Amino acid sequence: MTDNCQLTTANRQLTTMTSETLLIGLAGVLAAAAPVIFAVMGETFSERAGVINLSMNGSILLSAMGGFAVALNTGSLLLGFLAGAGIGALVALVVAFSSITLKQSQVAVGFVLALLTRDLAYFLGNPVMGQPGPRLQSLPLPGLSQLPVLGPLLFKQDLMTYLSFLLIFLAWAFIFRTRPGLMLQGIGERPAAAFVRGANVNRLRYFYTILGGALIGLAGPIYSLSVKAGWKGTISGLDGIGWIALSITIFGGWNPIRAALGAYLFALLQWLGLALQPILPGIPAQVLQVAPFPLMILTLLLVNIGDSEWVERALAAMPERQRRLAEKILRALRAKPPAALGTTFDSE
Amino acid sequence: MTIPPHTFLLYHIGCRLSVVSHFVIHLIIIFLSFSHSLPSHSPMNVDLRHIHKTFGKVHANDDISLDIPAGTIQGILGENGAGKSTLMKVLSGFIYADAGEIRLDGRATTIHSPADAIRQGIGMLHQDPLDFPPMKILDNFLLGRAGGLFPDRKTARRDFLALAAQFDFSLDPEAYVDRLTVGERQQLEILRLLWLGARALILDEPTTGISLPQKEKLFATLKKLAAQGMTILFVSHKLEDVEALCGRVSVLRQGKLVEMMTPPFDAGRLVESMFGKQVTLAARTPARPGLVTLRAQNLSLEDSRLQIHQANLDVRAGEVIGLAGMEGSGQTLFLRACAGLLHPVAGKTLVGGRDLTGQAHHAFKKQGVAYLPASRMEEGLIPGLTLTDHFVLAEKMRGVFINREAALGLARQRISAFNIKGTPASTVESLSGGNQQRALLALLQTPLNLILLEHPTRGLDIESTLYIWAKLKERCAQGSAILFISADLDEILQYSDRVLVFFAGRVSPPLDAAQTSVTQLGQLIGGKGWETLAGEAAHA
Ligand SMILES: Nc1ncnc2c1ncn2[C@@H]1O[C@H](COP(=O)(O)OP(=O)(O)O)[C@@H](O)[C@H]1O
Repeated sequence: MTDNCQLTTANRQLTTMTSETLLIGLAGVLAAAAPVIFAVMGETFSERAGVINLSMNGSILLSAMGGFAVALNTGSLLLGFLAGAGIGALVALVVAFSSITLKQSQVAVGFVLALLTRDLAYFLGNPVMGQPGPRLQSLPLPGLSQLPVLGPLLFKQDLMTYLSFLLIFLAWAFIFRTRPGLMLQGIGERPAAAFVRGANVNRLRYFYTILGGALIGLAGPIYSLSVKAGWKGTISGLDGIGWIALSITIFGGWNPIRAALGAYLFALLQWLGLALQPILPGIPAQVLQVAPFPLMILTLLLVNIGDSEWVERALAAMPERQRRLAEKILRALRAKPPAALGTTFDSE
Repeated sequence: MTIPPHTFLLYHIGCRLSVVSHFVIHLIIIFLSFSHSLPSHSPMNVDLRHIHKTFGKVHANDDISLDIPAGTIQGILGENGAGKSTLMKVLSGFIYADAGEIRLDGRATTIHSPADAIRQGIGMLHQDPLDFPPMKILDNFLLGRAGGLFPDRKTARRDFLALAAQFDFSLDPEAYVDRLTVGERQQLEILRLLWLGARALILDEPTTGISLPQKEKLFATLKKLAAQGMTILFVSHKLEDVEALCGRVSVLRQGKLVEMMTPPFDAGRLVESMFGKQVTLAARTPARPGLVTLRAQNLSLEDSRLQIHQANLDVRAGEVIGLAGMEGSGQTLFLRACAGLLHPVAGKTLVGGRDLTGQAHHAFKKQGVAYLPASRMEEGLIPGLTLTDHFVLAEKMRGVFINREAALGLARQRISAFNIKGTPASTVESLSGGNQQRALLALLQTPLNLILLEHPTRGLDIESTLYIWAKLKERCAQGSAILFISADLDEILQYSDRVLVFFAGRVSPPLDAAQTSVTQLGQLIGGKGWETLAGEAAHA
């Protein structure tokens, strides 16, 4: 009897333990996704306006380093974040100027900037490398954080994670529900049509590219002052995040909600890679760590697959009911880029 | 927003009442002015005086004066490059004139931008309607109208439906624009411009790419608008459109206004003033068809939207077959199947007696089948490459390296043979539409068994059209058969020997073009009169 009783208690303890760790893990996923969300929303704004900001990877690194350095030297987290946003905006300004005013290829300029800002981050970051610095503290929301499950999951985060939740909603509401948001869609879709409706296309493109750049730039200090606090040079583990964010933007179909889902999916996969390691010892650690990347490629493929001819033929061969379902899924997954993405505009 | 006159009366009464009722009256006025937001276009006369515009050495508009009284449908005729678009761009604020004056209702004004033009009451409907295909109709409709942060969709929707009902347009505000035909997109743009308070409408080649019923609806709409006092500028190079619609026609030639005519129009004189010389329509020459070059046997085709069931057709060497139908009725499917670009679900395609069913486009090409798609710049020509480059690519020259001398010689010879206005070094995108089409024809190899064309003369002026068809008929005389799609029923009847009508995937038996009238054809493509067709070639 007593034996049995003890066993159940232990069992119960074990389950509560694991569900608690699970919650903490998932809360960590939400926090880890916050910088990706800022970057993806920034890129979404920029691309919705028709400008590809390909510099994102280096931009995030440079603003991570810059934000950390500023916060370290001034002791002000706020200044650190502002510096990050400023750096991102500045890089975006170069993209905007060279593509909108000088009419150079956005892809070429963005790519060169991505490499340049990355090297600049590593080079200029040497003096602050490895130093202990300030860090954003978590900010449990009074009351809400006491809620079961939701409390520890959503309301024991830090300020920037809360802001990332808010940003998703605001970006979505802005793009799809407001008048300037509709015009933003317009200038990326058909600038000539936006122009006859009174939009100053190139000025708006500048605005949204720089705004997007500032959001991308905020991703940097969110890493270096919170998620992966500190600056450790090439082993900071941030290199590559920008490219992932770029693919999430595409996966998201330039829709903030869908893009946010992509960002959470990515963060979840990364966490699972780490969490599953002890459970699946047979699989080499590297495989699990790299797994999210090919998975992202797969999802990208799914986004565009619906348009290809062989899929259409395969669909035609399916029985009616399955076909309907498959078509629905493909349509839901499908995403078309803004038609004028990467082009320049001249009002004659 | 204009406040209707009776609200002022209310206001005067209100002045004599107490402060409280004064306030109430104010509210009523505000309410009334909102509820009357549907535009009532007060007439406006448009007067252009001595407009000049040059581009480098080209005098695109040379001292053009045109006074258009309110309520007139003014036709503007001219061949490609005559200066029509330039004049319309000046009036709609896209470009500034070098000299001259625009007077609206007798007042001289400057138009700074297209948005400024519509503020002053001038709306322009572009040939390819300037809308946003992936957005909903309603969003397209309300975008560009001033307002707060959040658009008032409810009011916009109500106004949209009211306006649409006025002109008997059936457009669902929640539908996406990329699902619409060009004709429906025009309707949307017209409604939008009216809602913005347009008092003069400019239409640039509006009948290109729309079906006959849609054209009739457009014309009815324009006539109704003109009767309400709308000033309409109708830019076209199609005589029959102008004759059917306009109350006045002006002809532009080489930047000058050379003619002004009122009905009844003398077509001969209009053509003469357009081209500065006499142009005669080619006489119809009946074909003496030869062997079967293409046989479509029980051909069943389908794409995501449409199915064609068991179509049959024999095409003989030297004959021209026109494929008529509204956009998306199946004629494109059929043409693409004949080119090997679409594989049939069932049935066979034989070219020159050889079964090519299910083979790739390349195999069809080898058998002498050429396909000229509608989108010249997207599928036919390669932007950025010169005419010489194109001839080099088309010609199967031996070796990896290009013999510049030979290529240049070839290009020169073809340019003059096909009367292309351009040099061997001109990039294809710098050519006008007519010259691009000539270049495409010049690129066709010889000999060919079958030439498949989509809208061979869409957007071209009469002279280019005649030239293209003369060249095509030459090919027929050499033994090629031609299958072509056109939205222009006159063109179909003028140049075809036989006609195939498509309606929602149904295919008519081949009709003798000489025995068929435009009216009959118009009814068939609209789905009427099919019962009387003997032995329909395919069943839905
Ligand atoms: N933006 C421009 N730059 C240089 N030349 C132009 C430009 N727009 C028009 N032109 C020239 O002006 C002339 C008139 O052109 P346009 O008004 O487009 O004629 P249409 O509309 O009657 O076909 C043509 O010779 C054309 O090449």
